[in-house]
Amino acid sequence: MADRPLVSITHLSKSYRRGEQIVEVLRDITLAIPEGDFIALMGPSGSGKSTLLNLIAGIDKPDAGELLVGGEDITRLSESDLADWRASNVGFVFQFYNLMPVLDAFENVELPLLLTSLGKRERRERVETALALVGLSDRMDHYPNELSGGQQQRVAIARAFISDPTLIVADEPTGDLDRKSAEEVLGLLRRLNTEMGKTIIMVSHDGHAVQSARHITHLEKGELMEAQNLGQTPNQETA
Amino acid sequence: MYLKLIYKNIFRHKLRSLLTIAGLVVAILSFGLLQTVVHAWYAGADMASANRLITRNATSLVFSLPAYYRERIRALDGVNAVAISNWFGGIYKDQSFKNFFASFGVDHDIFFDLYPEFKVNPDELLAFKKDRRGAMVGRLIADQHGFKVGDVIPMTSPIYGGGTWEFNVRGIYEPKDETTVTRQLYFHWDYINEQMKKRFPRRAEFAGVFVVQIADGSRAAEISQAIDKEFRNSLAETLTETEKAFSLGFVAQTEAIVTAVRIVSFVVIIIIFAVVANTMAMTARERLAENATLKALGFGPGFVAGLIIGESIMIVAIGGVLGILLTFPVAAGFKSAMGSMFPVFYVTPQTVMMQVACAAVVGLLAGLLPSVRAARVKIVDGLRYVG
Repeated sequence: MADRPLVSITHLSKSYRRGEQIVEVLRDITLAIPEGDFIALMGPSGSGKSTLLNLIAGIDKPDAGELLVGGEDITRLSESDLADWRASNVGFVFQFYNLMPVLDAFENVELPLLLTSLGKRERRERVETALALVGLSDRMDHYPNELSGGQQQRVAIARAFISDPTLIVADEPTGDLDRKSAEEVLGLLRRLNTEMGKTIIMVSHDGHAVQSARHITHLEKGELMEAQNLGQTPNQETA
Repeated sequence: MYLKLIYKNIFRHKLRSLLTIAGLVVAILSFGLLQTVVHAWYAGADMASANRLITRNATSLVFSLPAYYRERIRALDGVNAVAISNWFGGIYKDQSFKNFFASFGVDHDIFFDLYPEFKVNPDELLAFKKDRRGAMVGRLIADQHGFKVGDVIPMTSPIYGGGTWEFNVRGIYEPKDETTVTRQLYFHWDYINEQMKKRFPRRAEFAGVFVVQIADGSRAAEISQAIDKEFRNSLAETLTETEKAFSLGFVAQTEAIVTAVRIVSFVVIIIIFAVVANTMAMTARERLAENATLKALGFGPGFVAGLIIGESIMIVAIGGVLGILLTFPVAAGFKSAMGSMFPVFYVTPQTVMMQVACAAVVGLLAGLLPSVRAARVKIVDGLRYVG
């Protein structure tokens, strides 16, 4: 399982138009991420790490190159097919949690399940299990503004894995948290990786946070630099 | 969950939503009220019968017609009955608006046969026919002025002069339904004619208009032509038209006012459309990041667009329903405040349907553009947005 690439990127490029100027964000990226890996993308601001994450997650499209996830070239999918693909294959964890403020923790976690054929009772069971896993069983009916930052991010993590995706993408998941909450969030991501076998791609500035990953990949000015192996095997507990 | 999301989103900005809903209530209510005013304006024409024609002097309504035309008109093919009706221009108490009501001298023997929409008590009608000074009073003015059978109504007339004319109330006629106008007093044309014979003999034996009852409404045009042909090249040529056309002729004199009222009613809707559209545009902009998140999770553009347009429709539905419900008591209050100016003033089913249609159009259009924008926004752009 560890050697089979879940994500296979070949000669990927992406640029943005800023006024008259065309800014090349990613240049000729070639990268393979094995299934079950936990990879951290590091790099200075503007290095293209979030863009790369967005491309892998299927919320943006490259200008050139091939991008296979689970053997499927997602660059060729239509918007509608891509939305379906994301719903069943990708879990998202954002820096600012991005929870729906009008829904409570239970309803926020339940959201991705509304896109499945699961019945109400089954959805409830799953959501309760997920919230128990992130330690928020007693906060199910709390709205985001009634939760701390760390708790909100834990709800977001529960939402990310509730539909059992193979890939979880996390963009600066600890960027808005204090050290203790960040540790809790990173611990949860490690558990998702080691206990549930989820492939995790995390973007972070935080030198401490990236230590939770198995590999660190550096990006600079849109190009891949060296990859650093932190020595853990995919199914080895790092904490 | 979908409806729950829409409902909860509406009250995220309570003040903004409540102000928008309040604006909608006022707009839909105003629209309904103004449309009711327009309808009331045409009420006289609406109660006109297809089987009644009005024959008047071709030169102008100001000029009268010889009374003997009655017999010649009656003799024409297709005519069932003819009755004289003279505008008396009576003034009760003073010339204030609150004391105004229409008064006509009519052929007392047959006039009420021509107007089946006036429900009369046979005994009262008989008493009216027997009394030269007798008068039949409409329910509306009877209620307004407290007239009852046996009362004497003193009136003056700038048209006929002669000081005070006294009319004995012999009956009160009722409306057949809410479309019937009962703001008139009818008395004997003979009473005026006798007085004219005494005081101004040259003005006697003249009729203001003839009300012509025909057997077949579909022959109205043909019979009208026949009547006018009968008096062509005479000293007093006639102009005959359907009662509805005759009534609309009066409305046409104030057409500009009616048109203005009608335009204002739609302007109100356009203004509230702009208000709701602005609210929905702000809403959609504020939720760019949320909508982008929903799309990232796998919800399609249609779901996101539906949230915005659903919210727009729900806001308009709340305001619209309240506005429509309030139209009824406000219209009743308006009617009572306006006295007898609008003898027929009620909210018609057509007005309610127009209110519903306007609300639906506002709800759909106001939410359309913001929802399309929300659906089209790129996920990465939306996620970057900080509201």
